[in-house]
Amino acid sequence: MAEIGLSHYLILAAGLFTIGIFGIFLNRKNVIIILMSVELILLAVNINLVAFSSFLGDLTGQVFALLVLTVAAAEAAIGLAILVVYFRNRGSIAVEDVNTMRG
Amino acid sequence: MLLATLAFYLFSTVLIVAALMVVSARNPVHSVLFLILAFFNAAALFVLLGAEFLAMVLIIVYVGAVAVLFLFVVMMLDIDFVELRQGFLNYVPYGLVVGGVLLAELAIVGFGWVISPEAGAVAANPISSDTTNTEALGLVLYTKYVHVFQGAGMVLLVAMIGAIVLTHRYREGVKRQSAHQQVGRRREDAVELRKVRPGEGL
Repeated sequence: MAEIGLSHYLILAAGLFTIGIFGIFLNRKNVIIILMSVELILLAVNINLVAFSSFLGDLTGQVFALLVLTVAAAEAAIGLAILVVYFRNRGSIAVEDVNTMRG
Repeated sequence: MLLATLAFYLFSTVLIVAALMVVSARNPVHSVLFLILAFFNAAALFVLLGAEFLAMVLIIVYVGAVAVLFLFVVMMLDIDFVELRQGFLNYVPYGLVVGGVLLAELAIVGFGWVISPEAGAVAANPISSDTTNTEALGLVLYTKYVHVFQGAGMVLLVAMIGAIVLTHRYREGVKRQSAHQQVGRRREDAVELRKVRPGEGL
């Protein structure tokens, strides 16, 4: 069993990122799962940042991971608020037919 | 070192499986619970990488706030999830194609780079071994990156106000505080002096 290096973490993050993209395509109708997939993608980015920070001995990556975390939390809050308003207006969360704003 | 290797493989396997379950679970509540599991495993990986503060923040922010928010919304909205899952399998080929292309691109990039030997020397904030992770992070976050930190605070403030404005609604028939009515009330409107004769009422 080899020593765990940077590439192990990068492969893991790439896999997680791909699963997030896959989830967005798989659940085209369910916007809650789409938001969760976005969270997974941001988590993959965070793993990349922290892995680089740890293996290059530079703390900057962790600072940036903290900022990504902030933006992810804000995005989840706004996204879910929009979802609640949308559900209140339409009685459904199917995002496939969000075209009422189309001219 | 063997223990760390085993721990990495354990946590990363559970992380990947939990992420797959998030996108493919039948019930969204299960999706949220698997998301929480994924976050816990990511936090464990952060601990392995020596980023203890971020690991704890990940648990507090993601599991404590974001995942609970998701769970709250999933349970609060009365959604017919069976209907939403129709055509679920039609999208699998598209997802596989896009995911596969993306993974191939990441692999090409991943095998094509090397870390320059000078990379360690030009580190903006070298990690020193005599401070703890939290202390070191605080030392740069509140000095060098203070403007970015304030910007993050503004992002959170805007998100909070935006969420409140979006979901707030005025409903009829609900007693609410009306500050301008309270402040605009005068003594003459509220108090009236009457002379009451003995033996008679008002």
